[in-house]
Amino acid sequence: MKAFTTLTGTAAPLLDKGKPMSNVDTDMIIPKQFLKTTTRNGLSKGLFHELKTNADGSENPDFVLNRPQYAKASILITGENFGCGSSREHAPWALLDQGITCVIAPSFADIFHNNCYKNGILPVRLPANVCEDLAAQAGGANHVFTIDLENQTVVTPDGVVHPFDVDPGRKLNLMAGLDEIGASLSAEADISAFETTRRLMTPWLEQAS
Amino acid sequence: MAGKTLYDKIWDAHVAHTDDSSGESLLYIDLHLIHEVTTPQAFDGLKTAGRTVRRPDLTLAVADHNTPTEGQALGMAGVTDPEARNQLETLTRNVAEYGIEYFPMGDIRNGIVHVVGPEQGRTQPGMTIVCGDSHTSTHGAFGALAHGVGTSEVEHVLATQTLRARKMKNLAIDVSGQLREDVTAKDLALHIIAQIGTAGGTGYVMEYRGEAVEALSMEGRMTLCNLSIEGGARAGLIAPDEKTLEYMKGRPASPKAGAWDYAVSYWKTLYSDADAHWDRIVEIDGPSVEPTVTWGTSPGQAIPVSGIIPDPKTIADPSIRAAVERALDYMGLEGGTPIAGTPVQRVFIGSCTNSRIEDLRAAAGIAKGNKVADGVRAMIVPGSGLVRAQAEEEGLDLVFMEAGFEWREPGCSMCLGMNPDTLSPGERCASTSNRNFEGRQGRGGRTHLMSPALAARAAITGVIG
Repeated sequence: MKAFTTLTGTAAPLLDKGKPMSNVDTDMIIPKQFLKTTTRNGLSKGLFHELKTNADGSENPDFVLNRPQYAKASILITGENFGCGSSREHAPWALLDQGITCVIAPSFADIFHNNCYKNGILPVRLPANVCEDLAAQAGGANHVFTIDLENQTVVTPDGVVHPFDVDPGRKLNLMAGLDEIGASLSAEADISAFETTRRLMTPWLEQAS
Repeated sequence: MAGKTLYDKIWDAHVAHTDDSSGESLLYIDLHLIHEVTTPQAFDGLKTAGRTVRRPDLTLAVADHNTPTEGQALGMAGVTDPEARNQLETLTRNVAEYGIEYFPMGDIRNGIVHVVGPEQGRTQPGMTIVCGDSHTSTHGAFGALAHGVGTSEVEHVLATQTLRARKMKNLAIDVSGQLREDVTAKDLALHIIAQIGTAGGTGYVMEYRGEAVEALSMEGRMTLCNLSIEGGARAGLIAPDEKTLEYMKGRPASPKAGAWDYAVSYWKTLYSDADAHWDRIVEIDGPSVEPTVTWGTSPGQAIPVSGIIPDPKTIADPSIRAAVERALDYMGLEGGTPIAGTPVQRVFIGSCTNSRIEDLRAAAGIAKGNKVADGVRAMIVPGSGLVRAQAEEEGLDLVFMEAGFEWREPGCSMCLGMNPDTLSPGERCASTSNRNFEGRQGRGGRTHLMSPALAARAAITGVIG
């Protein structure tokens, strides 16, 4: 996993009737027909597929990521409960493939939130009114924001600093780009000891298969 | 010291290691269910890093998401979509390489992963269960801590048999009194989600309690726990009781003979203590729950089937109003009008939410002696080969076919439309599945979630009601 420390880049606002879009589900982030892949790469083609294309398959020029100034966006600003629904990790993979490594929203669904951290994407929670304000700024002429994970701040194009909270453990792992499996395997002695106890305490679980 | 909730007890019994710097624990996983869609990248990552599967014996694989629901006897030749075939073949290769038990398409034990686990007795009280699928919450019906994970976590569990986890908060959903006779677990679940919202359970493990929950059958409890994720909670729980034991008895993987008594004595400790600490308690009045359907594009947009679709003009909050307007636009419905009488073109009875034998019996009870309405295409997709065989033994297949329903082979089918079963743009579907998101069952498709009985009735009458 690539480490996340600071990011300066274009922020794209994902809006619905002028407000940050709420309850964006993972089917909307990447619909089912793109889940038949066996790799993590190339999924940006499916990102927000039904928003970015018309029913006839042509490109919807009004969709934010289709507008030239947001084509290289690395930050997405959106509404409440982003990433609800399916556990598909294809959702963060598609964002990553598009170049988006930070999503700002008032709240995230649990599984998606977790999946972001596994892929070097920083989900930033800020109050709904702040997200609305940031989305409005991102819609203006200057849409370059800076995200500083170490100092836990979002800096707007006009220099306003918004501090955000992040779990200290997740922050450490993300800043280090930690190989989680490698780190967990270093607790091998504890895992093995647990298995020994488990065999004694709940022996029927060993015979389940 | 305060007592423990059921979640606290299962958590405490599974922490193998806690990392002081990150605050994360390694939670030991008793059962890892895998399927073809969310595992290829995990096995690939494992191989690239030169790692192996630590406990293939605690892992069970099924093919379900993109298997076709007809012609399964043809095997891979019957899978016409080359990408789907590639995914299925990739799973077949991976399970063979690592020695993982696998119920492939066509095996009578094959079916939707969340139907298969309980049916085989692999799902047991007090276990920790994960799967790369958000409806893993289903298994909570047995008092197992079960939730969906992403593919990176699938890889982590394959390699270490543990999950990096942080303790969630405790939410009790107390359903008092009895449900009406015409109200099912599906209605109760949709009612609860409408009450708490689709993010109401975010950050929590939900435990369902109370007289109405105890009165549910195991299959009803699975339906209820299945939909926990639609209320934002990764996991739902119901404490095991006599019904749980009755269900478990004699299943292929249930503890045998002497081990059974030992297991039962442990399972009987799996309940929330009276003095346990709850971060939040939601009270639901059981008798006031009505047969419920969704009108919009989120499972929380649910109303009694006798109710009126919300009118955005009467909603003050601008963001809620915008969401309602967007949903009504997509669904082609008008606010302020009754939901009953809305015509449907498709009916889908199936999915990990409602494809078990009791669901099929309920639908057959409505279908018997009737005919599917003109202009409606109705499909019954049993949750597993064994459910299908049981239904055939009871003659339900004939009831359905005589009424004009299609009697299909098991799989996830039209719940998410990864296989050939999908809606066309603008088609309206009465569906027993779990998500009515935009495009979920096919681009432009309009999904109304409901119980098997209501869906069967919609097939016969051609309208919701």
